[in-house]
Amino acid sequence: MAVNTQTWWQQGRVVETSDLAEGVRRVVLAPDRPVHAVPGAHVDLRLDLSGHVRKRSYSVVRSEDGGRRLTLGVQLAPTSRGGSRHMHGLRVGDVVEMTGPVQSFPLGVGADRYVLVAGGIGVTALVAMADTLRRRGADYTLVLAGRRRAVMAYLDELVEVHGDRVRVFVDDEDVRLDVETLVGGIAGSAAPTRTEMYMCGPIRLMDAIRRAWVAHELPEPNLRFETFGSSGAWAAEDFVVHLPQLDRSVRVGKDSSMLDALEDAGVDVMWDCRKGECGICQVKVLDVSGRIDHRDVFLSQQQKETYSSLCLCVARAARGEPGKASEPAAVTLHLP
Amino acid sequence: MTILDSPPVTAASKIFNFPRNAWYVAAWDHEVTAKQPLARTIADRPLALWRNSDGRAVALADACWHRLAPLSKGKVLGDEIQCPYHGLRYNSAGRCTSMPAQETINPSAIVPSYPVVERHRYVWVWVGDPDLADPSCVPDMHQMDSPEWAGDGETIYAPCNYQLVLDNLMDLTHEEFVHSSSIGQDELSEAEFEVSHTDRGVTVTRWMRDIDAPPFWLKNMRDRFPGFTGKVDRWQIIHFEAPSTIRIDVGVAKAGTGAPEGDRSQGVNGFVMNTITPETARTSHYFWAFMRNYRLESQTITTQLRQGVHGVFGEDEDMLAAQQRAIDANPDHEFYSLNIDAGGMWVRRILDRMLQAEGLPAAAAAK
Ligand SMILES: Cc1cc2nc3c(=O)[nH]c(=O)nc-3n(C[C@H](O)[C@H](O)[C@H](O)COP(=O)(O)OP(=O)(O)OC[C@H]3O[C@@H](n4cnc5c(N)ncnc54)[C@H](O)[C@@H]3O)c2cc1C
Ligand code: FES
Ligand code: FES
Ligand SMILES: [Fe+2]
Repeated sequence: MAVNTQTWWQQGRVVETSDLAEGVRRVVLAPDRPVHAVPGAHVDLRLDLSGHVRKRSYSVVRSEDGGRRLTLGVQLAPTSRGGSRHMHGLRVGDVVEMTGPVQSFPLGVGADRYVLVAGGIGVTALVAMADTLRRRGADYTLVLAGRRRAVMAYLDELVEVHGDRVRVFVDDEDVRLDVETLVGGIAGSAAPTRTEMYMCGPIRLMDAIRRAWVAHELPEPNLRFETFGSSGAWAAEDFVVHLPQLDRSVRVGKDSSMLDALEDAGVDVMWDCRKGECGICQVKVLDVSGRIDHRDVFLSQQQKETYSSLCLCVARAARGEPGKASEPAAVTLHLP
Repeated sequence: MTILDSPPVTAASKIFNFPRNAWYVAAWDHEVTAKQPLARTIADRPLALWRNSDGRAVALADACWHRLAPLSKGKVLGDEIQCPYHGLRYNSAGRCTSMPAQETINPSAIVPSYPVVERHRYVWVWVGDPDLADPSCVPDMHQMDSPEWAGDGETIYAPCNYQLVLDNLMDLTHEEFVHSSSIGQDELSEAEFEVSHTDRGVTVTRWMRDIDAPPFWLKNMRDRFPGFTGKVDRWQIIHFEAPSTIRIDVGVAKAGTGAPEGDRSQGVNGFVMNTITPETARTSHYFWAFMRNYRLESQTITTQLRQGVHGVFGEDEDMLAAQQRAIDANPDHEFYSLNIDAGGMWVRRILDRMLQAEGLPAAAAAK
């Protein structure tokens, strides 16, 4: 398995676009310096979002012709700061700044069984894995979960290619994914410790799976996941950050992250991954008015429940039950 | 484009590139242990090799996910290896299993792991596309662990491109000049030879009839036929299997007793087992052994043969190192070929087609 975490920038030309599902656009890029993208790889794009250059990551759904054609599937984020909207506006012939394939979600070799779980747009990270497992003749199951069929990209194609190995769960058809049944099924199977799960989807699904995985005492390293780094338990809303040591309060708009808002306000904070994985941006919480929507995968469930710290890059404060409180939620942070 | 329609190579690249989609020997089986990881670079990939608690050999990239400290300097702890620097642990798939200073494990914490097969007393690794790693493609070296053969060998760390070693073994007329005191004799360069090939193999066959046995072979004949004197028929049948394994079926039999026709009962037979693993473009791990099919019980003969071949191959090693230095000192000079290079040139063509199939150039990148 190759883990390529080296990034270098190049230009990519848009050679094809089409609609994959409601709100999901397919964008095919032809990079300057083609490198084959192995399953699980993504590319980073540098996008100019109203004057700010921002990095956005997109999984490579398909790498063809030695990486000369990289297919991405992009979902329009409901309250987008512009990344996905920009991607949806791309036309054939447009040129974007992009990295070579970055691999931080590699598919292993040698497990007895593989379970791939896609929630919503997370399917983009798993299409190539499923193809590879099929080619290997591996024992695998592909679980696809979504809110409505119409928004589920690649659904028909995957069912056609993978047949019985696909299991589809659609909320509005009342065929919901039951995490306990899924993970319990693995724990009760013939090879519970030789089964690897690869999961990509909204944080709530991910948290539920992680909890069930731990509860069933399955080996933690066998649960692999990638976070797309945006969804939370509550919709993003405006909130306030109090910084008593600096004697300041900063408002975080619903279209900004806490980290961005603090930096925009001139507060120097440390960060690295900016997607809730490394924990470098972790700070102590002194007080909360409302709820903390953690959105990270660094803190353990127990750490999250005590509200003692949060990851600045992804966490938000929320009123929890809007309508009750009219004041925006607030957190008080210890920033020495 | 299939392998067969690709255009033939014309020029002989001096620093030959190596295929990645291939099994290479990384180590003798006994070198890889559950006690201490072994550091070895295979086809430009630095690896940490170790065994987990069920005895399975494991190959991980020799650089920690965190700050790239070499895992080979770490500890094997049952089914895991621990980084020597900040204590991250990895399982045999390369997945991090423990980050001591936090309650969770970063989902992207993984180091590359490589497919491994143990066969013929060696640990083989595949550094290319893991989905193509088919254990049935491990080169045939069955004499290494067959009950009908006995022998042993060593590893030479050869300071040269692996293709120079292949060239050396595909043409044995050099024995007359490089190994004149042991196995060389004038008849070698006089004897006719025949070259045949398939798409993964090359065979060079040479018979020398009714000749005097050189010192090495006279000793072997006497081990089996005490007091032997007289002429012999001598053979050298070189079998190359891609990408870099060469078994040489060698021996002598009492002259005129039918060895060329297939009856070797009046002779002694050995297999010189060679498999060459590129370490970098200019360095190689050269694993060799000498296996014989007579006097299997004698450890003395095993030791004597290993020491004898050790001396012979030491002469090759000196030549190969000097050749590589001269190549590097003369970057503008080309290789020319002689009639005796036919076997080596077929090897190059097979390798060149493997490289093309992987989209790699035939010449390794300049240092
Ligand atoms: C490795 C990786 C692979 C990815 N692959 C894909 C893919 O294949 N397809 C795909 O569509 N997307 C993918 N993503 C997500 C993608 O990079 C973008 O995050 C996504 O397109 C949204 O960007 P945006 O600028 O449009 O929206 P954003 O402005 O980032 O908003 C997205 C959502 O997050 C909320 N939000 C906004 N700001 C924040 C904040 N600071 N903190 C928390 N929540 C916030 C918004 O309310 C909104 O619902 C991937 C992400 C990663 C890290
Ligand atoms: S920067 Fe890595 S978790 Fe926030
Ligand atoms: S470098 Fe390995 S744990 Fe830090
Ligand atoms: Fe030699």
